[in-house]
Amino acid sequence: MSAVIRLDDLTLGYDGHPAVHHLDGAFETGSLTAIVGPNGSGKSTLLKGITGALKPLGGRIEHAGISVREIAYLPQIAEIDRTFPAVVSDLVSLGFWKSRGLFGAIRGVDRGALDEALQAVGLRGFEQRPIDTLSGGQLQRALFARVLLQDARVILLDEPFTAIDEKTVADLIALVQHWHNEKRTVIAVLHDVEMVRRVFPQTLLLAREPIAWGATSETLHPENLLKARRMTEAWDEHAPWHDHVAKHHHHGDAA
Amino acid sequence: MNLVQLFIEPFAQFGFMNRALVGAIILSVSAGPVGVFLMLRRMSLTGDAMAHAILPGAAAGFLVSGLAILPMTLGGFAAGLVVALLAGLVSRFTIQREDTSLAAFYLISLALGVMLVSLKGSNVDLMHVLFGTVLALNDDALVMIGAIATVSLVGLAVIWRPLFAECLDPTFLRSVSKAGHPVHLIFLALVVLNLVGGFQALGTLLAVGLMMLPAAASRFWVRGLEGMCALAVGFGVVSSYFGLLISYYLGVASGPSIILVAGGIYVVSLFFGRRGVIFTRVQAPRHRVA
Repeated sequence: MSAVIRLDDLTLGYDGHPAVHHLDGAFETGSLTAIVGPNGSGKSTLLKGITGALKPLGGRIEHAGISVREIAYLPQIAEIDRTFPAVVSDLVSLGFWKSRGLFGAIRGVDRGALDEALQAVGLRGFEQRPIDTLSGGQLQRALFARVLLQDARVILLDEPFTAIDEKTVADLIALVQHWHNEKRTVIAVLHDVEMVRRVFPQTLLLAREPIAWGATSETLHPENLLKARRMTEAWDEHAPWHDHVAKHHHHGDAA
Repeated sequence: MNLVQLFIEPFAQFGFMNRALVGAIILSVSAGPVGVFLMLRRMSLTGDAMAHAILPGAAAGFLVSGLAILPMTLGGFAAGLVVALLAGLVSRFTIQREDTSLAAFYLISLALGVMLVSLKGSNVDLMHVLFGTVLALNDDALVMIGAIATVSLVGLAVIWRPLFAECLDPTFLRSVSKAGHPVHLIFLALVVLNLVGGFQALGTLLAVGLMMLPAAASRFWVRGLEGMCALAVGFGVVSSYFGLLISYYLGVASGPSIILVAGGIYVVSLFFGRRGVIFTRVQAPRHRVA
C-alpha cells in the first residue's frame, strides 16, 4: 500500500503557537484511521491542515495523486446557515460540485444518485423538507449523503457523531465501513474510544505532540492514553521561538 | 374622470411620467433579486453602506461634467467597486470582519464625496445626487438603466449556483472550489451596479429602498428562494407605479413616494403576511396526526 497523505515534520498552529507539533507519518491509501486525543490536542487543526485551509507553520503535507479539492471534509461545526431557504435536496446536491462544476446542470442520472444517497442515510422522503426543520441527527445524515455524492478518494470527518443518537450513529458507522470497503481513505476525529477499538483499524493518538500512531490496539494502550491526558492545554505566551536548526528539540513543561 | 383615466391618464399624457415609470420598473426587476440575496446573506445594511460609498465617484463625475449621466454613473460604479474590493481584501488578509472594514471605507468615501460636491456645487446639487429625480429621466438615462439591468440579471443568473452554495455553506464551497471569494466580489459589484442604476432616478440613498424593502417584505409571504425573488420584483413594480401616481396627484416628491409605498407594503406584509406577526400568532396550535 502507498501513502495518500504524508506528513513530514508537520507543525500547524495559530499566531505562531503550535497546535500540532512535529508530526511525521502517513495515511495509507484505503486506510480507516481514527484521530483521538484530549480537547485542544490539535485533532481538528490537523484536518484543517490536510484540507489546505490552514498553512503549516513548519514541515510539509504531501498529497499523493490527489488535489485538496478532491478531499471531502465534514467540519465539526458546519457553517451551514439553517435559516437559508433551502431544502434537503438542495443541500445534498452540493455534493455534485466536483462532477458538475460551477455551471453544469444537474441531470437525470444525478437525480437517481441523489435518491440513492438519501436512501442510504435513511432520509428518503425528506427531499423537499426545509433545512431549518431538520433535527441535529437528520442534518448530519444529510451531510453524510452529500459526502456520498462527492465520491471523494479521501474523506475527513471531524467529530461526526457528537450529539447524535445511537441509531443514527450505527447507520452512519455502517456508511463509514462501506467507504472503507470501497478502498476510500477515511480519517475521523473521535472521542469514543470504545467505538474506535470496534471500528477503526488505525489510530493516531494526538496530544499536540504525536503520542502514538499505528494499529489501534497498540496505540490505545492505557499507558499512551495516560500520557495524552497529561498534555497541558494552555499556551505558554513566553515560550521561546522554535530553533529550526535542531529538528527534534526538547519542549520543557515551562520555559 | 373615470377610474381607468385616474390610473392611466398621468402616464399616457405626460412623457416624463411615462419614462419615470419605465425606469422605475426596470430598476425593480433588476434590484429585487439582488436585495433578496443581500437579505439572506445578512448584508441588508451593506446596500446602504455601498450607496454612501458611490458618492465620491458620482461627485467626481459631477465636478468634471455637471449633471450628466454617464460620467456620474461610471464614477459612482468605480468608487463603489474600490470600496467593496478594499473591504473584501481587509477581511481576507486581516482578522477584521467585512462589516467593520466596509464601514471604515464607506465613511471615508462618503466624506470625500461631500467634500467634492461642496467644492463646486450648491446644496441643491448635493440634494439632487443624494435623492435623485425620477421625473427627470431622459432617454439616455433609460438606456443606461436598461443596460445595467440586463448586465445585472445575466450576472446574477451566471453566479446563481455558487452564490447559493456560498450563502448556504461557505465552508463547503471553500473545500471544493476557489469560487467563493470571486463570487462574493462579483455579487458586490452587482449591488453597486444596481445602486448606480438607481441613483439617477432615486438618488444614492433611496436607491437602496427599491432593493431592500421589496425583498424584506417578500420574506413574510414565501419560503422558497425563487418565489422570494419573484415576489420582490412584483412588490418593486407595484411600489413604482403607485408611488408615481401618488406623487402626481398629491404633488409630492416622486422618489420618496415610491420608497414609502414599498415601505407600506413591508409594514402590511409584516403584519398580514403568511409568515407575518398576526398569522403566526392567531394560528391555532393544532397539529397533524403524523
